[in-house]
Amino acid sequence: MSQSHSGFTKQMARNMFYGGTVFFALLFAAIVFDSERRIPERSNAQAITPAVVAGKKIWETRNCIGCHTLLGEGAYFAPELGNVYKRRGGDFIKVWIKAQPTGVAHRRQMPQFNLTDQQLDDLVEFLKWTGEINNEKWPPNIEG
Amino acid sequence: MHISTLKYQSQSVSKLYFIAAMALFAGQIIFGITLGLQYVVGDLFFPYIPFNVARMVHTNLLIVWLLFGFMGAAYYMVPEEAETELHSPLLAKVLFWIFLVAGALTIVGYLTVPYAKLAELTGNDLLQTMGREFLEQPLPTKVGIVIVALGFLYNISMTVLKGRKTAISLVLLMGLWGLALMFLFSFVNPHNLVRDKMYWWFVVHLWVEGVWELILGALLAYVLVKTTGVDREVIDKWLYVIIAFALMTGILGTGHHFYFIGLPGYWHWIGSIFSALEPIPFFMMTVFAFNMVQRRRREHPNQAAVLWAVGTAVLGFLGAGLWGFIHTLSAVNYYTHGSQITAAHGHLAFYGAYVLVVITLISYAMPTLRGRIANSKKAQAAEMWSFWIMTIGMATMVLALTGAGILQVWLQRMPLTNAMGFMATQDQLTIFYWVRIAGGVIFLLGQFLFFASFFIGGDPVTEDAGGKGAKSGVLPARSLNPA
Repeated sequence: MSQSHSGFTKQMARNMFYGGTVFFALLFAAIVFDSERRIPERSNAQAITPAVVAGKKIWETRNCIGCHTLLGEGAYFAPELGNVYKRRGGDFIKVWIKAQPTGVAHRRQMPQFNLTDQQLDDLVEFLKWTGEINNEKWPPNIEG
Repeated sequence: MHISTLKYQSQSVSKLYFIAAMALFAGQIIFGITLGLQYVVGDLFFPYIPFNVARMVHTNLLIVWLLFGFMGAAYYMVPEEAETELHSPLLAKVLFWIFLVAGALTIVGYLTVPYAKLAELTGNDLLQTMGREFLEQPLPTKVGIVIVALGFLYNISMTVLKGRKTAISLVLLMGLWGLALMFLFSFVNPHNLVRDKMYWWFVVHLWVEGVWELILGALLAYVLVKTTGVDREVIDKWLYVIIAFALMTGILGTGHHFYFIGLPGYWHWIGSIFSALEPIPFFMMTVFAFNMVQRRRREHPNQAAVLWAVGTAVLGFLGAGLWGFIHTLSAVNYYTHGSQITAAHGHLAFYGAYVLVVITLISYAMPTLRGRIANSKKAQAAEMWSFWIMTIGMATMVLALTGAGILQVWLQRMPLTNAMGFMATQDQLTIFYWVRIAGGVIFLLGQFLFFASFFIGGDPVTEDAGGKGAKSGVLPARSLNPA
């Protein structure tokens, strides 16, 4: 490639870049388009109630992703929460959040967010809905 | 204020950007070590700096300083490539201060205001974009980033348009425009989490495994053109081939993030196949860098910059290529997804590819911005040591995190029954986390030495000393002494 007498020229390399990029970008867009159409069914979208939407907002504005993972994405400091509803149940989640921080010396601490009962219910609804998403049976076991 | 080592005086605006980048880089590492300590001393600084806040500062500082680095690099490279002064040095300076102040205010906001309050104060209700990993910035900051990016792109594009158009400057421009364009997806946050996650990757993946690779390629090619004197035709051809493979594998490689977030099962195939090919462009980059340095036609006095360039190529391959590959196949990722393996890969990939390429450019440009072609032998020696110390620190961290990840997968993910819980597993990983902290401290020492090298005086190495420089070159030259 670096030999000047090789038949492969800079113009050919450039064309490969432009052609390849356009081709794969279009292919990607087409597949994403198909995925888009299948998201409602796979995510059980008809179950997205106003409570789920409100719960997602609580999730975001408390920056939960800064410690936890959700469907495996986020920080790796605290447990996976995509399946926490199945692992612990709604009541446990609420009691747990209200009880934070534990204050046990040298252990990881979760802040107290002073959520109202309504906000806690919404958050649980969001986590419950998230647990129902068809995500190819991940995680491998209930521990997340 | 005429700087004789600059062909175009307007290149000097880049100095501000480089200094800011390095200052923020220092902050990033301080917060990184804090996070590392919080892994083993869970209540450290609680409740003043909770883990999630420190992490947000750590990752956002990284992104912002790399953006400062990219912008500085563009302001430095583009006038020289286009053979004309920058369209507007004043605009570059104004945008610098806007970006710096906005960035600083954002960090101060993270550290002093509870996140929910910050969201409320900054109009998150108008358009909910906050609280997603790496895109935590309040709405005004996100809008500010777009405005600064547009002003910057206008400035750079006008400069290229009025001057010479080289492959390097075109590739750099495409990368930077792509960066700004993909960032617009940070404003897309559908209520449906699956959709939210899919478009989130349009920013995150299509940045670091997409358009940023164009920027990386352009910066590396530029420094290699300058330091090796190899014919541009050769380097341009390599550049196009590398970025062609980067995008041909990287675009569909996005699929390796779509395995377990609710998207259709065909992404397992697409993601596995194409992301398994993603190391190819990084491997080419390594071959490219070694080849060009071996075929060099001159002994550039700044051998430190050559070391950073070769280091970028090698560590980019190891971090983005090899450490990406080990967990990218869907059958493997099923067990490693969201584990410490991911953290190991993230650290080495960012360091190897993007941190090092920005430092490469700074190492090459900074002496010329200070009126000399290269620093003194002593200063360069310190710089080279700083490369090795930072790299050893990073390697220690990454190996520790990889070990932690393997044990985590073994205890928490593999067992079908009676798997260990998350926190119980974390307790088993403590030793790895301490080693990781040691790696982080070594990295910090290397960083100190790098900063210190800017203040080491002595006689600058000149081109005339080339004969001597040849012996101290990073790699032996193949063509310097024809037999």
